[in-house]
Amino acid sequence: MAEHTMIDAIRMALSRALDEDETVILFGQDIGIDGGVFRATNGLMQRFGSGRVRDTPLSETVIAGMCVGAAAHGLRPVAEIQFMGFLYSAIDQLANHAARLRNRTRGRLSCPMVLRAPFGGGIKAPEHHSESMEAMLAHIPGLRVVVPGSPTRAYGLLLAAIRDPDPVVFLEPKRLYRAGGEPVEDTGAALPIEQAEVLQEGDDVTLISWGAMLTEAREAVETLADEGISAELVDLSSLKPIDRATLRASVEKTGRCVIVHEAPLTAGLGAEIAADLAEHCLISLLAPVRRVTGYDTVMPYLRLEASYLPSTDRVLRAVRDVMEFA
Amino acid sequence: MATRKTSNKSSASKEELLQFYRDMLLIRRFEEKAGQLYGMGLIGGFCHLYIGQEAVVVGLEAASEEGDKRITTYRDHGHMLACGMDPDGVMAELTGRDGGYSRGKGGSMHMFSKDKHFYGGHGIVGANVPLGAGLAFADQYRENGRVTFTYFGDGAANQGQVYETFNMASLWKLPVIFVIENNQYAMGTSQKRSTSTPEIYTRGEPFGIPGEAVDGMDVEAVKAAGEKAVKHCRAGKGPYILEMKTYRYRGHSMSDPAKYRTREEVQKIRDEKDPIEHIRDVLIAGKHAGEEDLKAIDKEIKATINAAADFAKESPEPDEGELWTDIYATEVPQEA
Ligand SMILES: Cc1ncc(C[n+]2csc(CCOP(=O)(O)OP(=O)(O)O)c2C)c(N)n1
Ligand SMILES: [Mg+2]
Repeated sequence: MAEHTMIDAIRMALSRALDEDETVILFGQDIGIDGGVFRATNGLMQRFGSGRVRDTPLSETVIAGMCVGAAAHGLRPVAEIQFMGFLYSAIDQLANHAARLRNRTRGRLSCPMVLRAPFGGGIKAPEHHSESMEAMLAHIPGLRVVVPGSPTRAYGLLLAAIRDPDPVVFLEPKRLYRAGGEPVEDTGAALPIEQAEVLQEGDDVTLISWGAMLTEAREAVETLADEGISAELVDLSSLKPIDRATLRASVEKTGRCVIVHEAPLTAGLGAEIAADLAEHCLISLLAPVRRVTGYDTVMPYLRLEASYLPSTDRVLRAVRDVMEFA
Repeated sequence: MATRKTSNKSSASKEELLQFYRDMLLIRRFEEKAGQLYGMGLIGGFCHLYIGQEAVVVGLEAASEEGDKRITTYRDHGHMLACGMDPDGVMAELTGRDGGYSRGKGGSMHMFSKDKHFYGGHGIVGANVPLGAGLAFADQYRENGRVTFTYFGDGAANQGQVYETFNMASLWKLPVIFVIENNQYAMGTSQKRSTSTPEIYTRGEPFGIPGEAVDGMDVEAVKAAGEKAVKHCRAGKGPYILEMKTYRYRGHSMSDPAKYRTREEVQKIRDEKDPIEHIRDVLIAGKHAGEEDLKAIDKEIKATINAAADFAKESPEPDEGELWTDIYATEVPQEA
């Protein structure tokens, strides 16, 4: 079977969703004729028409707000924001409307919309084109935040996001878009949207990560195996809500935990996870929970990007620290 | 040239025409070189070239006075060169080097010069427009008679904050000139496909802001319109809108699928309307300069640009510790 990159998988899921449900509508800047900045929607306008795959004006606030209105009235809009850093003006609509519609109307209205946006480093552009601000979104009650970690998971999770009855921000790790392929079957099957995935089982230490940092985490797991350390690797996938049961079960088994994320340290999701483990797994913990994260700095340009992104080495150092602790 | 659709008559002086020619050519040669350096992998992320639009900034700079301010988008190289910033520092910022205007941390989209009153270089489309009003507010508050040129694109003209700015700027009679560089495309979306009322300059009317459309390929027309707008602002009459009808020859950035327009469309505008070729025609027809003189100017400019490129390649990369600098006024301790 042919290999599919993550961008192929995303396109397959969008295509599938458009095909099976005529209430699915795509909005976004340059998603039609150009096929999107990263070509996620290449060919979809030709196939499904410009009525359903809509090039919009340059108006993020309105794109998000239109999605809320359309979703409240029975459509399933899926909008692309070209980069995560362009999404901030849309947060007004996400936080004040999308995430609260169900609660305010006591369930009479809902907001089944998806906002897709690439995030994270990988193209050596500064700031808004490369940052990872997922924690800002995960802080909003009523919103789902999902990050796929592989082509297969991108396909299944995006279908789940589109079919979900609540608003989802679907953040796509751009470093993984074309980083490698695997066969993805276009079965139309969604993955459970709220479930963390244990990618590799292990006994000595749990590594929790998501998105592009799974690459470094995976490399670390392999190196550790050579050293006789058995690491369990968990792909968080759902950043909000968090699948706390899976994380706790893993750490109760291994007794050690290192959380790896590209986003800055302070008030990052690593803090939430570490706090949860401290509250619920204290008895099982053999060592303090460690975080390996991006720094509390501005996402830098060009060469400094490599200094910012957590390296496999930093992950390994943290794991060795917790192994030495106990 | 036979296909040129512009007139080769002008009432401008020889000196002024030659200055226009030099200033526009400097931008064009700079951008051609930037495109090459990008191709060589020396520039990261994005690089938005200004080729085709040179007359806009050169004409408006000719209408400005010392102390006037300018603020623009990510398509900013031309603005910086036109207001007198150093090509070496601009090019070195593109390559992310210590010798760049942001010492390698800003890249092509984020450069500033307090000396030249250039307030950036901004990557978020439309978001620089309220900043321009803020700069103008500060000048008005100081009663110093300065104006701010606030540049944005036809695509940006669809962002809501542009109109919030129009309202407040008009209400408070701020000395700001909104310069819409209408190059007909926002990335791959033509103005036709994105904009309900294509005459963007009329969008100030509901707010009481006068506006006009200007042939942005004609540097003299740009200068004349700029002078009118500046006069209006300095007289305390509030903001003014200039919609520059212009065109970008290259892709939106260095990655552009080029599916949204034809090669013929681009070629036709180059042939008929090129702002530099136009001034060249004027210079030759008016016997202000001969082919040889113009060649000599080009040679001189190329030498300046080559020197800038060498500087941009040789300037050192920022130290890793730079990651932690200038986050706050106080130093941030470096993390392990
Ligand atoms: C808020 C925001 N949305 C989207 C983008 C991506 N983007 C960068 S430039 C651009 C097109 C802008 O077109 P226009 O305003 O006409 O300026 P031009 O590029 O033609 O100079 C887009 C969509 C962005 N940088 N910021
Ligand atoms: Mg434009």
